[in-house]
Amino acid sequence: MKNFTYHQPTTIAATLPLLDAEWGKTELLAGGTDLLDRQKDYVSQPEKVVSLTGIGGGFREMSSVSPPGVFPPIITIGAGVRLVDIAESKLLAQYPALVQAAGQIAGPQIRNMGTLGGSLCQRNRCWYFRDEHVNCLLKGGRKCFAQEGENQFHAIFTQGHPCVIVHPSTLAPVLIAFGASAEIAGPKGTRTTPVEKLYHAPVKETQREHTLAPNEVLVSVKFSGGGPQFAKFCNASYEVKQKETSDWPLVQAVVAFHFEKDSKIAKGVRVVLGHVAPTPLVSEAAAKSLEGKEVTEANAGLAGEAAVEGARPLSQNRYKVQLLKVAVKRAALLAAGVKPYWEG
Amino acid sequence: MNDSQGEPRGGISRRGFLAGTGAATAVAGVTSELAPATAAQPGAAPAHGPGPVLLQLTVNGQKVNTNVEPRVTLLDALRNYLDVTGCKRVCDRGTCGACTVTVNGRTVYSCTMLALEARGMDIRTAENLGGAKLDAVPAAFVDNDAQQCGFCTPGFVVSLRAALDKNPNATPEQVEAALAGNICRCGTYEQMRHAIVQLCKKGG
Repeated sequence: MKNFTYHQPTTIAATLPLLDAEWGKTELLAGGTDLLDRQKDYVSQPEKVVSLTGIGGGFREMSSVSPPGVFPPIITIGAGVRLVDIAESKLLAQYPALVQAAGQIAGPQIRNMGTLGGSLCQRNRCWYFRDEHVNCLLKGGRKCFAQEGENQFHAIFTQGHPCVIVHPSTLAPVLIAFGASAEIAGPKGTRTTPVEKLYHAPVKETQREHTLAPNEVLVSVKFSGGGPQFAKFCNASYEVKQKETSDWPLVQAVVAFHFEKDSKIAKGVRVVLGHVAPTPLVSEAAAKSLEGKEVTEANAGLAGEAAVEGARPLSQNRYKVQLLKVAVKRAALLAAGVKPYWEG
Repeated sequence: MNDSQGEPRGGISRRGFLAGTGAATAVAGVTSELAPATAAQPGAAPAHGPGPVLLQLTVNGQKVNTNVEPRVTLLDALRNYLDVTGCKRVCDRGTCGACTVTVNGRTVYSCTMLALEARGMDIRTAENLGGAKLDAVPAAFVDNDAQQCGFCTPGFVVSLRAALDKNPNATPEQVEAALAGNICRCGTYEQMRHAIVQLCKKGG
């Protein structure tokens, strides 16, 4: 990899002046599992690396608050919290989707190294983008090579997207389904934004997969089930992978809703899809399909059918359409507490 | 392609060579590690590098010093600067697990961590399981013939030791899950399973 100068500030305030107003010359380092790979392959060649691992306090902590009448608790997770600590947290009992998603990321070593912020802000895994010798759209080239090339792991919701990557984070769809907000520090102070607004589909070299400015730092995310009192917050994340571990999902579905008191009727349904589009994809159609209904196998299946409406797969990834239907159905059933009868 | 070990990529230009030697001379006397923070901001971080900087690590309980460029990974620092060669360089992309070491008790891919990031931490490698008395984990590997070429073995035994340290009452299934980030291309998984069953019976 190209050599660089290294900084390890111990506060967010001391980090900000080290960042540039434009992408390219400076990179933030958290767990390193994405950045170091890119540097070794010369996909990223920063002149300065600013490590966030020296920052303590809330940046590295997870907290749970339950004001009177609020259930489930409000959770705040610092961007520097390791994936393993999310996967093994006792604070997240009401948020199994997040535990499931974090616990399935890659293998143990990656979960010991990687952070929440890294998961949310990592770069895409398209093999054309990651190839040093391919000058794709996101590296200043004129063409997305996946459109007509090897695209079996790319987007199936491709309409209007010149670049057909899938967003790589499995935690982002969960947090979006939870209605989480992100706290971001920048040169003008701190701002809060819904996690959903952190993402856009990049089309050129000067953009990332997220909407943070180059001189901003993701500090933490906060969420709450936020349902009416005495409601049961139900949520689950389901991924289909080729391999059980150390693999990226082919598709991911996150389903969240409430059961009021003893009701079995799904209210406030949110369905968010991962690894099928250049951003985490909120499926209004699937949510609408399940809203106000009992979460039966038939109704969950209908939500799956609704989720794939409008999919425009590429030449080699039509198979993902069926996988996505199944993933949405199973995520809805898991959220409702149905025993996973599909596990042999 | 091993330039994270400190070699410039694609040959050295005359200008680059001259600049490089100048930098090396400068850092031989004063490493940036020792430079005081000049910025007024609390927590401000001085620049380290791009020339070699002083690196002090605690490896298997011993404090060791060397000088490395910021781009040198923990794996390359251990193997090529500190002669700790138990951890192996195979994929160099955080996938195969041959480079596994523990940092503060947790397994990491040392190929995917900058050496500078490991300062002040307790680093343990496969060497820590050997010495005068062989640790129970490599001993179980020997008993069960749980390796063929043996290249992945240092990573496996480090991951396995960490799993049992984390939970001495782990079931064989839980231990196997903790080894999910290590790959054996010879496919000696079955013998490793026997070793794991033996270790779990003993309670780590």
